[in-house]
Amino acid sequence: MATSLNPQATADIVARANALFEDLSFGTARAWKEAVPGRKVVGYMPIYVPRELIHAADMLPLGIVGGGDQLEVIHGDAYYQSYICRIPRSTIELGVSGRLDFVDGMLFPSICDVIRNLSGMWKLMFPKVYSRYFDVPQNYRDDIGGNFYINELAELRHDLGELRGKPITDDELRSSIAVYNDNRRLIRELYALRAERPWQAPAAEVYLMVRAGLLLPVEEHSALLRHYLAAARAEERPMRDNCRVVLTGMFCEQPPLNLIKSLELSGCYVVDDDLLLVTRWLTGDVEIEGDPLRNLSSAFLHHSESTAAKYEPNQKEKGQHLVRAVKRTAAEGVIFAAPSFCDPALLERPMLQHVLKEAGIPYIAFKYAENSGQMQPIREQAGTFADSIKLWSAA
Amino acid sequence: MTTVKVATPKAAARAPAKEVIKDASMLKQKEMMAAHYDRLTSAPETGAKVAATFVPGNLNELVMCFDLLNNLPEVNAIQNGLRRVSGSYVLEAEKIGHSEDVCTYVKSDIGMMAKGNIAPNGKKFPNPDVLLLSYTGCFTFMKWFELLREQYKCETIMLHTPYMGDGKITKGMIDYMVKQLREEVIPTLERVSGVKFDIDRLRENLKRSSKAEDDLVRVLQSAKAKPSPIDAYFGGIYYIGPIFGAFRGTQDAIDYYRFLREEVEDRLAKGQGPVTPDGDMGKEKYRLVVEGPPNYTSFRQFWKMFYDEGAVVVASSYTKVGGVYDFGFRHDPSKPLETLAEYCLGVYTNRSLPMRIDMLVNYINEYEADGLLINSIKSCNSFSAGQLLMMREVEKRTGKPAAFVESDLVDPRYFSAANIKNRLESYFQMIDQKRSGANAAA
Repeated sequence: MATSLNPQATADIVARANALFEDLSFGTARAWKEAVPGRKVVGYMPIYVPRELIHAADMLPLGIVGGGDQLEVIHGDAYYQSYICRIPRSTIELGVSGRLDFVDGMLFPSICDVIRNLSGMWKLMFPKVYSRYFDVPQNYRDDIGGNFYINELAELRHDLGELRGKPITDDELRSSIAVYNDNRRLIRELYALRAERPWQAPAAEVYLMVRAGLLLPVEEHSALLRHYLAAARAEERPMRDNCRVVLTGMFCEQPPLNLIKSLELSGCYVVDDDLLLVTRWLTGDVEIEGDPLRNLSSAFLHHSESTAAKYEPNQKEKGQHLVRAVKRTAAEGVIFAAPSFCDPALLERPMLQHVLKEAGIPYIAFKYAENSGQMQPIREQAGTFADSIKLWSAA
Repeated sequence: MTTVKVATPKAAARAPAKEVIKDASMLKQKEMMAAHYDRLTSAPETGAKVAATFVPGNLNELVMCFDLLNNLPEVNAIQNGLRRVSGSYVLEAEKIGHSEDVCTYVKSDIGMMAKGNIAPNGKKFPNPDVLLLSYTGCFTFMKWFELLREQYKCETIMLHTPYMGDGKITKGMIDYMVKQLREEVIPTLERVSGVKFDIDRLRENLKRSSKAEDDLVRVLQSAKAKPSPIDAYFGGIYYIGPIFGAFRGTQDAIDYYRFLREEVEDRLAKGQGPVTPDGDMGKEKYRLVVEGPPNYTSFRQFWKMFYDEGAVVVASSYTKVGGVYDFGFRHDPSKPLETLAEYCLGVYTNRSLPMRIDMLVNYINEYEADGLLINSIKSCNSFSAGQLLMMREVEKRTGKPAAFVESDLVDPRYFSAANIKNRLESYFQMIDQKRSGANAAA
């Protein structure tokens, strides 16, 4: 699917992505569905679902990552105690307020107890919508965790086939894997560009580009990424005297866009992050030839991102992904930013900090909520961190 | 059967001395627990090896096949809560970098390690030889043992239990778990312990589990009687201790649960209510179902708020967190590995939210309860996320009133006695009004 954007105009491309981001009624997805009778939309929450299966059923995978800082939560708070994170309550708000009334299915991936329980709530609150808790293995042997995962994939494939009214064929799946391989390559390219020249691809822009991938058909998103990459490379932008940081802990509830902007304004170029991991969860191409479910499983088991929701069987490997990210991107420090009450991120944090300490990598930590409004403390903390890194580097 | 007055050392230190009334079964359990802690803390001298593991997904029958002692960090955190030392441990963990937002069991455990790892008997806990990460129904367990592994640097075994998101156990789930048990858990336990696995030994242990489970169910179901001879939440926490902990599959467990059953049947025959720390409970006025774990740092004070008002808990979800037996499941020696898998899959918090609601509705109806009370735990998302919807659904389906109080497991900062008492009093008034309304309508 082609876009009508001028590939040279970075601002236009970013404006398009920003409009998608700000549209809490999911107008583009609604329009996609209405354009052809019988089309269906399947929503999914962080951190990972095999979107290839949804795509292969001719459906639109729609990323639901909460309501952000522009959604007024009226009903959602009545479903959650004050000590539970923000994303489930704003997701409930999206559902109860009718903003998701065009969504035919919802997938709740295995990430934490809150999202897990939300899967059951959805079944009760929206009984006419297909909803499924999508489990993933914590055992990474092909003949153990792999077989379990293939079963899970097969069940999902069957259900989506039922929802469409026609089973998903292997060839349909292979073709979807190819389309997503292309998209993942472009995302990797985008991250590589930012790591190399972060002033050319500011973190907030990169975020908007990636976030658009949760809302658009994948083919359209890939075209958008190509345009942005070309535009960002072509446009000369001034380089600031910022330090380079890796941002971690934001894999589920999203920070306000202003928070990402504030980090760069306070002197930190974000050169890697774990935002919206679904778009680059699989770290390489998925094999196309052969059994597609086995290929998806193999990619999940052996070539996927490390994050708090996954068990790390090897103690020596614990946290090394972060050290490698720092080295790969020539980062000078790490910022731990976790949503308040996020069990996986906050339980993981001390272990990762120990690893960084041992590797001599400086870090800071703070918490946020998707609707955090006050950026000044974060700006001050990040600014001080950037200054201290510059001082250490000079010494 | 007898009840015994025990002067607690803490109470004795203050004047006047306050006597705590305990069932004979409670005293028996206390001896069992003391002996277990002595076995654990003397491991360095006896040469016994230790497996640390969890309550939900507890594979005690398997652990015993390798002559390993079972140490449960959750139970240690509970003991520290009841002994009122967990608060300082939680603070210690926060001081060394753990977030104020996360599970206080974990922080109590980490803080206890930082402060010398002292067991309830005053001696040092041995370091585990293996961390058996057989957990179910809670993601925090996985992080907890990663945190412990970092400290102890010992072998860690993962047994992943899939979640019953669609309300059913599939063949794929069982196959996955059995394969993990057969090809990863058992070989690693053999290597760590130096003991070869004997499936007949496992069968014998499972047979013993099943016997004790029968008696536990009879005890819990005695609460269907009016008055109930037990409190199935506060008293229930004692009743589940041995079977959810280090004793399932032992002769000790069989003996304890037979003894307990006889004690309860005796009270039932005499038409007596539960024994509380202040003696026999007065007239039963309210019958409640409770969802959620208790608060342990003010356990007795919390319980008193109920029995002072004549409220008895006739069924609770927390007493199913280490195994749901009252709907028919028993450990089955004829399919030893499959039964372990089924057990793990079926524990309360591994059940989908609709299944949990069905259970609570069933309890309210079967036990003829007046309503549902939820004790929502600040640091336990596995239980707490979704409880407000559960409350509405249960009210809708049963027509019985529900109420909500909030506290924490072992962090004393989150127990507000006045607030909880106010809410409970209002709740009891609501039940009274509902009853008088029903009587007027009749």
